[in-house]
Amino acid sequence: MDDSASTGNHRAIIHLEGLEKTYVLGEENIVHALAGVDLEIEEGSFIAIMGPSGSGKSTMLNILGCLDRPTAGQYFLGGEDVSRMSDDALSRVRGERIGFIFQSYNLIAQLTVIENIQVPLFYRGVDLKEAHDRCVELANLVGLGDRLDHRPMQLSGGQQQRVAVARSLVNNPLMILADEPTGNLDSRTGAEVLDLISRLNESGKTVVLVTHDDKVAARAHRVVRMKDGIVDQDVTQRERVGQGANRRNIV
Amino acid sequence: MIPYQFIVTVKLGLKSLMLHKLRSSLTMLGIIFGVCSVIAMLAIGEGASYEAQEAIKKLGSNNILIRSVKPPEQARQQSSGSRGMQLKYGLTYADGARLQSTIPGVVRVLPMRIIRENVRFERNEVPCQVIGTYPYYSDVTGAAVVRGRFLAHLDEARQENVCVITTGLARRLFPYQDPLDHSVKIDAFYYRVIGIVQERSQAEQRTQSGKMEGQPLDNNVYIPLSTSRTRFGDILIRRTAGSFEAEEVQLHQVTVQMRDVAAVETADPQIKTLLDRFHEDNDYEVVVPLQLLRQAEQTKRIFNIVLGSIAAISLLVGGIGIMNIMLATVTERTREIGIRRALGARRADITRQFLVETVVLSIGGGLIGVMVGVIVPFVVSEMTTMRTIVTPWSVLLAFSISGAIGIIFGLYPAKAAADLDPIEALRHE
Repeated sequence: MDDSASTGNHRAIIHLEGLEKTYVLGEENIVHALAGVDLEIEEGSFIAIMGPSGSGKSTMLNILGCLDRPTAGQYFLGGEDVSRMSDDALSRVRGERIGFIFQSYNLIAQLTVIENIQVPLFYRGVDLKEAHDRCVELANLVGLGDRLDHRPMQLSGGQQQRVAVARSLVNNPLMILADEPTGNLDSRTGAEVLDLISRLNESGKTVVLVTHDDKVAARAHRVVRMKDGIVDQDVTQRERVGQGANRRNIV
Repeated sequence: MIPYQFIVTVKLGLKSLMLHKLRSSLTMLGIIFGVCSVIAMLAIGEGASYEAQEAIKKLGSNNILIRSVKPPEQARQQSSGSRGMQLKYGLTYADGARLQSTIPGVVRVLPMRIIRENVRFERNEVPCQVIGTYPYYSDVTGAAVVRGRFLAHLDEARQENVCVITTGLARRLFPYQDPLDHSVKIDAFYYRVIGIVQERSQAEQRTQSGKMEGQPLDNNVYIPLSTSRTRFGDILIRRTAGSFEAEEVQLHQVTVQMRDVAAVETADPQIKTLLDRFHEDNDYEVVVPLQLLRQAEQTKRIFNIVLGSIAAISLLVGGIGIMNIMLATVTERTREIGIRRALGARRADITRQFLVETVVLSIGGGLIGVMVGVIVPFVVSEMTTMRTIVTPWSVLLAFSISGAIGIIFGLYPAKAAADLDPIEALRHE
């Protein structure tokens, strides 16, 4: 199998230790969105994070994406503790190590396809002219090489999401963080986008997928289920297949 | 790397602004009007004061003008009631001589009799000021002889019936002929035209007699003082419908030319003291161009401050307009800000992006405003007789204020944009 090769070196790219996030909404109203999460994600793995709403899934996503800082605990991304970093440092980490794919594509409306792909490079201070070829290459990779000068409005949802995928790759990040990437797509284009993401994983990219859809999660090699702010279940693909079989048997 | 990023940010800003052309241009309009009014108002102010100052300077800062003034009604009745209809007031020939001999630093004393009469040549008749004066009139006042010659000492000594006319009068009286050596009729006598002098510009004439109000002075006839005295006499009778008024005025104006500016300062009170001994009725007035000049400068300063602050207020309003629009833009583009933050933009990057947009708006408006502001005074001076001067510093001032307004009023919206929570911003719809 392919995954045995990609996870062969067993280097943990993400390491969460006792991660907590508490929101103080009022005097007596304190919400523990994350109540001590320990998790390790190895380089090259494809992991899905699932859970019902209120399980801490979104908080987890925000912290993994360095958009938010944990109240307690530690988060090592690529060996560096990012849990206490300043806002500017977190911005840098987001730009350099994380590739975001969002449910609603989140392309910038007034920019063209190629310009959207270039945005993360711009904030890294890369000369966009020099990086132009690479951006075109990425656009070709996602099958939009002929639409470089189109604006997001002129593209279908699936095409927009593919632009987002290209954008997530442009800075050669440590991991791709996808938040319900197929949530706004019909099943066929959704499947296409998932194929694309799977291919990226096969070529060695670490992918963290946040979803509530079992079919989407089935693509991942490992599924982490969250509940009440903790990791409820953590199954690698083979165990899960077995469990699923058991469940089916029971039914 | 920083200049490159800056260029990209400016391009991005332009792009965002072009996306809402109407909104951007309306916003710019505030700044355009502001900058334009600063420049135009300062140009008009500058022009007005320049005219006055030039005129006063031409008048000679070394000169002191003393004019005869008809005393106020009450004083007149007290002093000259016994003389019936005849009113005697004003400067006398003796005053001229006294000034010359008493006041230290006096170079020359130039007396003038100014009589309003119609001047005729053939069928043309023009109301004029017939000015009896000395030959050195042209030296003291700076009137330039265009053709022929000015009055000479011999004309004065012989009480010759000769006259020098201004170019404006020459045009009116002699549309087809050469005025030289023709005789014009003033009152009952004929005077030979011996020369033509260049009339001065309107504003200069206005202040020639020390008065600031308008006077149609371009129709002047200069004759020897002695001739004026013998032909017209010292008693002037003015007939109006149903009545007549007689007044005795020897000299209407005396111009005292002083050695230098310092002499002017000391002579001013001395002249007043001297004249007050012989004039109880306050029937004269002393005009010191040097003081007028200082007053004009003072007035100009106040004028500029008032005009400038009015214009500055409109710039301020323009700035508030920019801030308002930018705040709306930030709200509208919250999602974009969230995306950019997620993709690695620091707070400073977001601040810069929005600040650049405001500054582009205000500088763009400033540039257009400068252009319009330079054109408007030009049009104003074309359409009216008003003189306008666009000074480089006013352009610079207006432009830098517009730039400063962009930064000041852009900072708050830009800061507000940067301080958005990326998570919230991404969720914003």
